[in-house]
Amino acid sequence: MIIDKVKKINDKEEKRTKNVEAQDMMIGKWVKCDRCKEIIYKEDLHKNLSVCPNCGKHFRLSSRRRIKQIADEGTFVEIGADILTKDPLNFEGYLKKVEILKEKTKIEEAVKCGICEIEGKKVVLGVMDGNFLMGSMGSAVGERITLAVETAIKEKLPLILFCVSGGARMQEGIISLMQMAKTSAAIERLNQAGLLYISVLTDPTTGGVTASFASLGEIILAEPDALIGFAGPRVIEQTIKQKLPEGFQSSEFLLEHGFIDKIVERKDLKSTISKILEITG
Amino acid sequence: MSKKTLSAWDKVLLARSASRPKSSDYIDEIFTNFIDFSGDRCFGDDKSIITGIAMLEDIPVTIVAQQKGKTAKENIERNFGMTNPEGYRKALRQMKQAEKFNRPIITFIDTPGAYPGIGAEERGQGEAIARNLMEMSALKVPIICIVIGEGSSGGALGIGVGDKIVMLENAVYSILSPEGFASILYKDSSKAKEAAENMKITAKDLKKLDIIDEIIKEPSEGIEENFDEVTEEIKNYLIKNLKKLLKMDKQKLLEKRYEKYRKIGQ
Repeated sequence: MIIDKVKKINDKEEKRTKNVEAQDMMIGKWVKCDRCKEIIYKEDLHKNLSVCPNCGKHFRLSSRRRIKQIADEGTFVEIGADILTKDPLNFEGYLKKVEILKEKTKIEEAVKCGICEIEGKKVVLGVMDGNFLMGSMGSAVGERITLAVETAIKEKLPLILFCVSGGARMQEGIISLMQMAKTSAAIERLNQAGLLYISVLTDPTTGGVTASFASLGEIILAEPDALIGFAGPRVIEQTIKQKLPEGFQSSEFLLEHGFIDKIVERKDLKSTISKILEITG
Repeated sequence: MSKKTLSAWDKVLLARSASRPKSSDYIDEIFTNFIDFSGDRCFGDDKSIITGIAMLEDIPVTIVAQQKGKTAKENIERNFGMTNPEGYRKALRQMKQAEKFNRPIITFIDTPGAYPGIGAEERGQGEAIARNLMEMSALKVPIICIVIGEGSSGGALGIGVGDKIVMLENAVYSILSPEGFASILYKDSSKAKEAAENMKITAKDLKKLDIIDEIIKEPSEGIEENFDEVTEEIKNYLIKNLKKLLKMDKQKLLEKRYEKYRKIGQ
């Protein structure tokens, strides 16, 4: 049904290629799945949790949509919203870039944390956002994550972090690197307090985030076919001077090598997390 | 070469130079009775990291040290100081042993970064580094980390969480190599020199940013010329600080370590 509709639109689109205005309108309402190449009506995609109805590809989610999918309606109360981007190295153009991005994305940083309920169970939830400098971890992300961990310890709540990140925030240099140590130290305290931490890896989770809190979940879940790794595929290819095998660094690859507990489709994430919370108490 | 003329990029080149002393040189000079131990009891032995036990005067210590080669042949064997997951796991195994026997830990950092290879990813490079960061934050013995040459990215931090972080005057410590940084932010790896200046990677910059605790001076005529002076200074620093840290209540030690990282970027 939808496919017929899309095909019609597709034909029309080809005819209209000269009409720039019409094209813009199309781009606004339709998206192309980069895996199966189907054109999907955006609203249909969002209704399907941003998973391609045709091939099942999990599109990247904004923190806002993710929270909507995971938290019980109206329960999410943000913490650490006042922790904002800093420019410790006085890196040229950085804050300006951040300002433009804030305006464009309507979010303040690459992670949003808060306390919420999942099927009635209270948790601390942190959700990274790839739309903000590729979800990179600078001081603000490190601070917000650490605050989330410390809040979980203080309130004796389970912690759930949804990861998506290109790695450390380059513009904050060594300060970003140290956020890896800071967040990992906080997770250690959470473990000592006997609390549960579920890490959910989504596309992509790489670099400094993989080499810190993302890999430290007591339970690690991943969405299907997410890119997860420490070094980026391009860097590896340049180093070893050969092409990487198909599926390298995918969720399935990590599962096979024993680094994650379970691959869970987006439609089942909330119920799976809820079930874990119920059993672990 | 007078000190004042050294740019950040000059220091990068110095830190990487083949003639610069490697971890094993420091171990030989500073400690006695060093016995090296191998393996992660899981996959293999990573020769980019030397681990073992030794005496620092009358203090038994555990040593974890990234080792670059001095010759092309040794460099291949040592993987140019680029650590694989089994290296981080070997380090952690030794550090856990140190904790068990209440021995302080001294780490020497000298790496272009964690190895970006197929095997490294298959064996969980990210997990190995993450685990070290987490465990090192809570080891109940004093840890002093010394950056002697190149301290690059998570590969360096993977053995770099401690109570005191020390850098040699001409060592560098950065989030990524200046080449990598330039290729990401300036889309041009040839701008590495420019990147190095902006990245704040020298000992002086990092002391100012409160990331490191101490700078060990290097002789102006070059570290190779007066190596004794440098090792003597490191030795004195280690003894003085370990004595203090060993006296500290364990809970307080860990509290202070947590705070040290907690405040970065706050």
